[in-house]
Amino acid sequence: MSAQAAQGGAGEPGRFGAYGGRYVPETLVAALDELEEARLQIAQSAPFRAELGKLLEHYAGRPTPLYRARRLSEALGGGRIYLKREDLAHTGAHKINNVLGQALLARHMGKRRVIAETGAGQHGVATATACALLGLECEVFMGAEDVARQAPNVFRMELLGATVRPVQSGSQTLKDAINEAMREWVTFVRSSYYCIGSVMGPHPYPTLVRDFQRVIGVEARAQVLAAEGRLPDALLACVGGGSNAMGLFHPFIADEGVRMLGVEPGGCGVASGRHGATLGEGQPGIFHGQRSVVLCDDDGQIFPAHSISAGLDYPGVGPEHAWLRDSGRAEYRSATDDEALQALLDLCRLEGILPALESAHALAALPGLLAELGPEAVIVLCLSGRGDKDVPLVRERLRAE
Amino acid sequence: MSRLAARFAQLRARGERALLPFLTAGDPSLEATPELVLAAAAAGADAIEIGVPFSDPIAEGPVIQRASERALRAGANLRRVLQLVAQLRPQIEAPLLLMGYANPFYAMGAEAFAAEAAEAGVDGVICPDLPPEEGADFYAALAERGVDGVLMAGPTTTPQRLAQLARQTRGFLYYVSLTGVTGARNRLAPGIEAGVRAARQSAAIPICVGFGVSTPEQAGEIGRYADGVVVGSALVSRIEEAANPGAAAESVARFVAALKAPLAAGDRAV
Repeated sequence: MSAQAAQGGAGEPGRFGAYGGRYVPETLVAALDELEEARLQIAQSAPFRAELGKLLEHYAGRPTPLYRARRLSEALGGGRIYLKREDLAHTGAHKINNVLGQALLARHMGKRRVIAETGAGQHGVATATACALLGLECEVFMGAEDVARQAPNVFRMELLGATVRPVQSGSQTLKDAINEAMREWVTFVRSSYYCIGSVMGPHPYPTLVRDFQRVIGVEARAQVLAAEGRLPDALLACVGGGSNAMGLFHPFIADEGVRMLGVEPGGCGVASGRHGATLGEGQPGIFHGQRSVVLCDDDGQIFPAHSISAGLDYPGVGPEHAWLRDSGRAEYRSATDDEALQALLDLCRLEGILPALESAHALAALPGLLAELGPEAVIVLCLSGRGDKDVPLVRERLRAE
Repeated sequence: MSRLAARFAQLRARGERALLPFLTAGDPSLEATPELVLAAAAAGADAIEIGVPFSDPIAEGPVIQRASERALRAGANLRRVLQLVAQLRPQIEAPLLLMGYANPFYAMGAEAFAAEAAEAGVDGVICPDLPPEEGADFYAALAERGVDGVLMAGPTTTPQRLAQLARQTRGFLYYVSLTGVTGARNRLAPGIEAGVRAARQSAAIPICVGFGVSTPEQAGEIGRYADGVVVGSALVSRIEEAANPGAAAESVARFVAALKAPLAAGDRAV
């Protein structure tokens, strides 16, 4: 493997092969330069890392356990399946790793106000939490449809002192929330910090967020080595924007024997056209400040994605995933709404763990992967979040059946 | 000399400032757009910006977002917008510019788009999410076909970058008056004049100011120091509020004439 591939493909900062870059209105260029400067000078400094490390340990509850799911393995007919328990991190998902880093960075940069977008509400809740902790003002943009289907998280954000702003434009989901957050940022660019929730957006965000999420993979690598005495055969994670997957994958990129598998939302099935399988079905395009792979028509108009899980309901994907796909280092598949729902139910009953619908997409890919790898395979799956927020939706779906 | 350069030279000789109205192609329908463009031209528009609708226009405020949604529902797309320009070109003297987002342009392909834009008679292209660093191939393809790639600068642009943008832009430099999205504001942002004057130090290129300009008074104020004024949302609102296409054309003509009046008077020192 080339040195470039080993360090994640970024030849030049912010470039992942043909992907990445900075496709933004001129007003944001200086702010992105300022952020890049802060990333290099502050976020990578020893004092900052020590401060963040303390917060991750004492506040967020890291390291999260790597739990061996024996009953799940038995039910699936084999495999040594390990769940990286990001659902046990404070606020219930991996999102806290990124927002503690970014909110701390915002404070070091002298920004008093943080804006964010959210899909399922997990990133919004995490951002509201970090802002409460660090004494920052917080405003979260959320698609009106997501506000309706993730009501518990909306109220959580409000309890934490954040203002939730429902977005009525477009498809009223995550992509529109990002549009509106970017418009807000353009307007209050001097005073506000935009805390993006995934490994996407204009440079330096994909790199910045990846580096804050790498803790998942760094811990998992040490934990699986301790438990098995060897590296895993495969890594498995769901991919919307792709931050939990990138956090898990990145520290293993140079470990050639470790397969990396991302699972996208297949929605009603990719053949139906109602899905969010961007890497599987999309084409190269420019969207939300980056060149990556997008779901769009021949005219370049972005399709609204569809998924049962609001957190994966996104027609784009982080540029580094696009590069990992093209280079063949990672593979991407999809799981449908129904498959994810079934995987959620199975994990509840077999392991007493209620996963987020997002994470359930990764679980749904286990049978297929085990069939390929055989019963002795060691698999690390990122259980990116807990499913409490999905209880009303799951109940509704089960009743309907 | 490009049609845009010629127009600015002509206005300068007459001591006038340019008025550049913006409207979205296909709003409210593809059939209505030519009439609205012709009405604007007849009422004194010096160049016309035609918006190419996009599903996710991040630099636009609510008015132009809605116009974009109406246009997409009406079946507008980049190919049809180019056909529309080709249809209008023989009927109109004013330069015609396209303003649109990068993904539709790149979905067609930078080279193919540049060729088709030139063929249709497009004089300039403004792409708010394509800074010159990312769009080198795009702007080069346009330049090769004689289409002006108009770059934007704004209040957060550093002096060094402002100088660079003023040298790289073609046709004119589009100076964004404020930090924010398009849309009418009650008053002009502070510092526009200083920004325009700073840009002028770097290159002898016309400078037009847009975003947040919505009244003849504001246009006249900007006309004191800039070469032109772009008015978008305030015009699009009038199209949105009109009862029918005929009324929209009348409303556009009235508003364009009112905006041009304070820019037409001569006797100005640059």
